Amino acid sequence: MRVTVTVNGERRTADDVWEGESLLHVLRERLGLPGSKNACEQGECGSCTVYLDGVTCCACLVAAGQADGREVTTVESLGDAEALHPLQRAFVDAGAVQCGFCTPGLLVAAHDLLARDPDPEDSDIREALAGNLCRCTGYEKIIDAVHLAAERMAAPADGGAR
Amino acid sequence: MTDTTSGFGTGFETLAGARSSTTEGGVGTSPERPDGVLKVTGDFAYASDLWRDDMLWGVTLRSPHPHARIRGIDLTEALTLPGVFAVLTHEDVPGRKTYGLEHQDQPVLAIDTVRYQGEPVALVAADHPEVARRAAARIAVDYELLEPVTDAVAALAPESPQVHAAGNLVRHVKVRRGDRTVRGEVVVSGDYEVGMQDQAFLGPESGLAVPDGLGGVDLLVATQWLHVDQRQVCSALGLRPDQVRLQLAGVGGAFGGREDLSMHVHGCLLALHTGKPVKMVYNREESFFGHVHRHPARMHYEYGADRDGRLVHATVTIHLDGGAYASSTPAVVGNAGTMGLGPYEIPNVEVDCFGAYTNNPPCGAMRGFGSVQAAFAIEAVMDRLADAVGLDPVEIRVRNGFHEGSVAPTGQVVDSAAPVAELMQRLQAMPLPPGGAELDLRRLPGGVSNTTHGEGVRRGVGYAVAYKNVGFSEGFDDYSTARVRLFAAGGVPMVTVHTAAAEVGQGLVTVEQQIARTELGVDVVVLAAKDTQVGSAGSSSASRQTYVTGGAVKAACESVRRLTLTMAATRLGRDVDDLRLEHGDVVDRTGGTVVALADLLGDAAVEDTVEWRHRTTYPIDPETGQGDAHVQYAFAAHRAVVDVDVELGLVKVVELACTQDVGKAVNPQAVVGQIQGGSTQGLGLALMEEIQVVDGKVTNPSFTDYLIPTILDVPPMPIEVLEYADPHAPYGVRGVGEAPTISSGPAVLAAVRAATGIDVRRVPVRPEDLTGTR
Repeated sequence: MRVTVTVNGERRTADDVWEGESLLHVLRERLGLPGSKNACEQGECGSCTVYLDGVTCCACLVAAGQADGREVTTVESLGDAEALHPLQRAFVDAGAVQCGFCTPGLLVAAHDLLARDPDPEDSDIREALAGNLCRCTGYEKIIDAVHLAAERMAAPADGGAR
Repeated sequence: MTDTTSGFGTGFETLAGARSSTTEGGVGTSPERPDGVLKVTGDFAYASDLWRDDMLWGVTLRSPHPHARIRGIDLTEALTLPGVFAVLTHEDVPGRKTYGLEHQDQPVLAIDTVRYQGEPVALVAADHPEVARRAAARIAVDYELLEPVTDAVAALAPESPQVHAAGNLVRHVKVRRGDRTVRGEVVVSGDYEVGMQDQAFLGPESGLAVPDGLGGVDLLVATQWLHVDQRQVCSALGLRPDQVRLQLAGVGGAFGGREDLSMHVHGCLLALHTGKPVKMVYNREESFFGHVHRHPARMHYEYGADRDGRLVHATVTIHLDGGAYASSTPAVVGNAGTMGLGPYEIPNVEVDCFGAYTNNPPCGAMRGFGSVQAAFAIEAVMDRLADAVGLDPVEIRVRNGFHEGSVAPTGQVVDSAAPVAELMQRLQAMPLPPGGAELDLRRLPGGVSNTTHGEGVRRGVGYAVAYKNVGFSEGFDDYSTARVRLFAAGGVPMVTVHTAAAEVGQGLVTVEQQIARTELGVDVVVLAAKDTQVGSAGSSSASRQTYVTGGAVKAACESVRRLTLTMAATRLGRDVDDLRLEHGDVVDRTGGTVVALADLLGDAAVEDTVEWRHRTTYPIDPETGQGDAHVQYAFAAHRAVVDVDVELGLVKVVELACTQDVGKAVNPQAVVGQIQGGSTQGLGLALMEEIQVVDGKVTNPSFTDYLIPTILDVPPMPIEVLEYADPHAPYGVRGVGEAPTISSGPAVLAAVRAATGIDVRRVPVRPEDLTGTR
């Protein structure tokens, strides 16, 4: 089947999609967007977290056909190497990235949290990120990173915040 | 002591007189990791992200049975499916049909017998992963079911069926010291059990094999040790090392689970058969069958002490379930045997540690490697002994803990810092978290499940100590290779560092850059791709890479520096001993610039490749276990504070404090990250993580049923890092990664016992163990 999705603001089409393929598979293998990760492919780890019509979800649990005609936003849209989003910058600065496999999903989930609550407390961060597994860091530096990003976004020093 | 506090609220203590680097981004600082931006933008290429236009997808057909004879395999139905390019069995393995890290006992593809559930039987390559999966499902394997051997203790009885022709014993380590007839006045003993833990790295086993058209193959793969993989792949394919080139693809965590081969030979076989690139990516369920796990353990411990709580004797028996193939079981048995009494001075010891073959899933390396299992028993027995003689848990460890000069049960003298007492005392001095004044469901056992508002909740505090051998032991030739090149481009001096050391997330890439900056005084350090075009770096395991590959990079840089300074001295008529490299210049004793490096070098490059070894270790005596088997010991300690809902058996860890001696914090931020991550894996084993195996079959191969700690399960983790330099190690470093995984779980268990009064002797703790309803 043919699937047409608006991904990161751009209309994209994939042909010959098997009906059993997930949105995650189409993003990674057909549209050249491997940033969303395939850690469990059963909706338990959050590594493939994306926005679907503005709501976060696990792309592995969305059948590709379900995404047809809808808007998807992935980690690739947050910022690029020349203009990192403050969350991306904070994850690097705070040491929240080790192997990094959970990082794209955590960034999208944390982005969603800060959009709702620009100054979350530790417990709010823990609750918001409870669907995202990380095996390397023990999460402490991820909490540090979200606080750091929140601070920087509240008082942007160089106009870099979005 | 001077306090060089890092930027993230963690105090670092440095020994007086220890000189810390002033180089920007050098040793002792926490510069940005070179792959950090790529990882936050989604641009970092993990093994499962690799892609070629004309690539095929490979899948593995695995045995559903833990033990069976294969009477026949019919491929017809699979081969006729459109889109299928190859279906392979053991008959298609051109070289040696078995492989393994220590014993080559594991078939590349099952030959006539399967010995564990999940054993690879056949391979398919197709143009779509679903076509490959469907073809695999159409392969008809005729199995004759055999009774599985599922108990590691019973497996060693003479009447047990044999998993392998040579018998079920993989290794028996004996440690004997002192007088075995001497007994302490106060004796405690008990049986302890540890379940099977999974590494649960998030990036699944993956790789891309690309045939070169000349009979050779390039393999891009997520692994911990490229060269040991290359050796095994060459053997199975019957090819030379120059025909099998490996490159490290992005690794999504490892923790020991990537020491053994996964898709390596399979992907190469399919690529060579089809003439096309073949990608293989396990899904999570297959990942649970696609790598070895931490050995489950059954342990009998008896410790005796005098009335003052000073240890007199220990008698210990440990059984480790190695599963169907040896993997690294011999080394794990070596560790559990030689390290299995904890960091305590005990004059009279008798240890017997066994590793057995069974038809359970194969077990091998996981962070902590034999020491993790033993620590649960050791620390429990120490607490009971403290109780029996009327000491608190800190004091009994202070009284018996190793210090520099202590003699280990193997007879090896601990010849650098071993601050067990200080680690304990510092933990005890750290403030305790406040008790439950505030009612936030998210901080209570059961969390937002709203199972308690504080009623039935009891608090407990527990302590534990870890020690772990760093590097490969027992005479292993444990080395690393570094190639370092100093050159100038566009008027800027630069360094290229080339090693095969696997970056698995720990931040070794940052450390390699830091060392080059410090040694060569150059800001720009480029890392060459990690591949087999340079010599072996050894494994990214055993807490060894900063020590060993760090040592190799340092040595190669020192050589390049000598060559460069000699060039400068000769050219400028100066005394080489007066010259140094600093901030991209050759400077003299006053710090004044003699010549800019870029001008000195011009178009020339200075390069050297160095193989570097840590000091020699020795095998242990087979009857007494005596010998200088280990390179270095790492020490950590934990204090856990838990709240337990004693009515429901739910545990919430409130705080998990850690003290650790790291010798020298080469990268303070990464050190803290290792401690926090390692502590969390120990917490997971204590409270929730277990691969459940029933009659040889895994019942929970998913993240739905195999639980790892989430951000809600993990408490604040205050850390104090000590830096007592090890004079034998480069920069004084002491391996960091494993020790925190060893003591965190036992501390949590101790806290649970303190909260409930229940003498829990099995991990992970299940709710029913705490409610008496099991």
